[in-house]
Amino acid sequence: MLGRTANDLYWLARYVERAENMARLTEVGYRIVLLPRDGDGTHEEWRSTLSSAGCAQGYFSKFETLNTRDVINYLLFDFSNPSSVKSCLAAARRNGRAQRTSLTRDMWESLNAAWIEFSNINPANITAGELPRVLDWVRSRSALYRGALLNTILRNDTFFFSQLGTFLERADNTARILDVKYYVLLPQIEMVGGGVDAVQWGAILRSVSAHRSYRWVYKENYKPWRIAEYLILNQAMPRSLRSCYDEINIALSDLANLYGERSVCHETAAGTRNLLSSGNIDDIFQSGLHEFIEDFIIRNNRLGNDVAEVYHFNG
Amino acid sequence: MGRKLQQQEQTSVKATQALRKAFDEMNGTGDGVRAPYNAVSEWLGTQKLEDLKQKLLEAETMFRRTGITFAVYGKEEAAERLIPFDIIPRIISGPEWRRLTAGIEQRVRALNAFMYDIYHRQEIIKAGKIPEELVVGNSAFVPEMMGVEPPLGIYSHIIGIDIVRTSENDFFVLEDNTRTPSGVSYMLENRETMMHMFPDLFARNRVAPVDDYPENLLKTLASVAPRGLEGEPTIALLTPGQYNSAYFEHSFLADQMGVELVEGHDLVVLDGSLQMKTTQGLRRIDVLYRRIDDDFLDPLVFRSDSVLGVPGLFDLYRAGRVTIVNAPGGGIADDKAIYSYIPEIIKFYTGRAPILQNVPTYNCRKPDDFKYVLEHLPELVVKEVHGSGGYGMLVGPTASKAEIEAFRAKLVANATNYIAQPTLALSTCPTLVDTGVAPRHLDLRPFVLFGDEVRLSAGGLTRVALQAGSLVVNSSQGGGTKDTWVLQD
Repeated sequence: MLGRTANDLYWLARYVERAENMARLTEVGYRIVLLPRDGDGTHEEWRSTLSSAGCAQGYFSKFETLNTRDVINYLLFDFSNPSSVKSCLAAARRNGRAQRTSLTRDMWESLNAAWIEFSNINPANITAGELPRVLDWVRSRSALYRGALLNTILRNDTFFFSQLGTFLERADNTARILDVKYYVLLPQIEMVGGGVDAVQWGAILRSVSAHRSYRWVYKENYKPWRIAEYLILNQAMPRSLRSCYDEINIALSDLANLYGERSVCHETAAGTRNLLSSGNIDDIFQSGLHEFIEDFIIRNNRLGNDVAEVYHFNG
Repeated sequence: MGRKLQQQEQTSVKATQALRKAFDEMNGTGDGVRAPYNAVSEWLGTQKLEDLKQKLLEAETMFRRTGITFAVYGKEEAAERLIPFDIIPRIISGPEWRRLTAGIEQRVRALNAFMYDIYHRQEIIKAGKIPEELVVGNSAFVPEMMGVEPPLGIYSHIIGIDIVRTSENDFFVLEDNTRTPSGVSYMLENRETMMHMFPDLFARNRVAPVDDYPENLLKTLASVAPRGLEGEPTIALLTPGQYNSAYFEHSFLADQMGVELVEGHDLVVLDGSLQMKTTQGLRRIDVLYRRIDDDFLDPLVFRSDSVLGVPGLFDLYRAGRVTIVNAPGGGIADDKAIYSYIPEIIKFYTGRAPILQNVPTYNCRKPDDFKYVLEHLPELVVKEVHGSGGYGMLVGPTASKAEIEAFRAKLVANATNYIAQPTLALSTCPTLVDTGVAPRHLDLRPFVLFGDEVRLSAGGLTRVALQAGSLVVNSSQGGGTKDTWVLQD
């Protein structure tokens, strides 16, 4: 496989995953903004949504104030935002088109149809009532693409690089949500425990689609340290850092088997996975939740760079 | 009922005359449905216009979803357009196809023999059959190819021959595309779409399959691997990239053959071979099916500003370390100034008369021809010698007086740049248009492969001029396509 092909497949998977995450973050932010509240803090929630999405800087270089309409537009439809759903779907399709030969017909058609349908949406026509439908649609399109990938693609390097892209992006997204919201999960000296915290805890879980599964796993009300444990260490939770790294290690080990060679990226990934599989949440809180997350984000980025280097993404 | 759908059209007098004269693939000269079309004509008679239009919309949706689009240069807003598709097939009988096949094979062998000769001893020039300056003074002649020995002595392995029909028995070759002919993906996808939408039609007709083309292409490419290569050759398809008008076809063919689709920057010449940059380092390529023009192949030899090709590729080719398909310099055989000599070329190399005729051609570089052309512009089709895609041509019978005079000025200013041909009454075929089913002019481009043997899939690309009376079938000029059936008998 060409290095350029591997690069395009990896980023194609990342963009599809990112589009879905953008939709989910927008949905959660919008829910909170809709809640009745006093004063003008209503739009403040968008600040952390933009940070979690990695879009805060871009947004504030364009707009001075937080405004629901502007934020939603920026996250979903703005081509000047490289992470907007529109930018992600366009980039995913561009990469897919460049690697049309590597994709199955089902994968290509789902990607192509997603882009054609999304580019036909006129943001000015999206009313508040229609927003959830649009966001659901984005998520269903991502699911359709992933389904086509899982069902139709050969289990060779095409698949392995796609998996790497998906799970590196997903891990990055989950880590970023924790990075922005870590403070609501910290033990409070004064147990406020009021409505606001519960809303924030629920929002964190929702932003990784885990608000219902949490109750099945823990059979109790939201506890901040449990939420942290669930998102970082739980092996069964499909968006936890741990499960992302399980998948990343499987894909890397498949690549090593296929190519007959292990490299530095295998060490990087195994190291991070060990940290997650042997860690426990008390120790993490002890040595600092925020530091742990920051360290993870650095490790995750390094793995991305290692993979690109080892597999000649740039020729 | 099929007739009832035929519309009464408001067309210019001239166009109507052309239509009246034209031979119709389905209805002949008006004395009943021709045998190959019996089943389709009957089927058409049972269809409602609205249903057919609905089917056409479905077909377009299928094409749009699979991404079969092409780019029209210089039209931003239509960056990715669909080539219009017509759901009424064009049908060729078994005997007709056998005759075409014999003629095509003869032509392909003669054209390649001509190229070999031109780039070696130039016997045909010495024999006085073709003027020397027309060859060596031709911009399509590539002097760097002199003395090169391509595997099996073949230059153009993939040729798209444009054929038109004017009556029951008259077929003419309009053009031999010996460089990088495109359109074969439409032959394949049109068939897929038709089989998906009208399975019952295929049950009622014995239509020869065309899906052997990718395998035939792969066999052809493998058969011209560099001499002395051990093991299976590694084949790759070189594309200018996804913004090229034919990118869909490039990726489609690479996919169908299971070979890498590479761009210039994926390749490097190293250690005496052509290598591609893979996830596991460099890997050798033996046969390069290139879909970029000669000029862009190698910046060290041809255009130095080219970023689409690979520095050093041509030297490697000359040394026989990699095969380039089609070979550089093949344009000399489909040059429009050479075209009028093709019958002579066929006789010279095969010793036989051409099976397929050429259209009589006036070479404006010849004073007598030029005089005739200037006197008969309203009757002629005038083309640029190096033009393609239907650009820069005059179709006399449908042009206005002002257009003819404007063209006359260009012609006088640069006579050697033009050839002219009588306007042929291209055959028509019933086609679904806004107001119903109506005859539209068409041509046929079969795709022939030449390696260790001549391989020809039973079919081709039928292009149809969608404007009433129009004779320009090029997709860049709004032409459409039809599925092309060869019946098995």
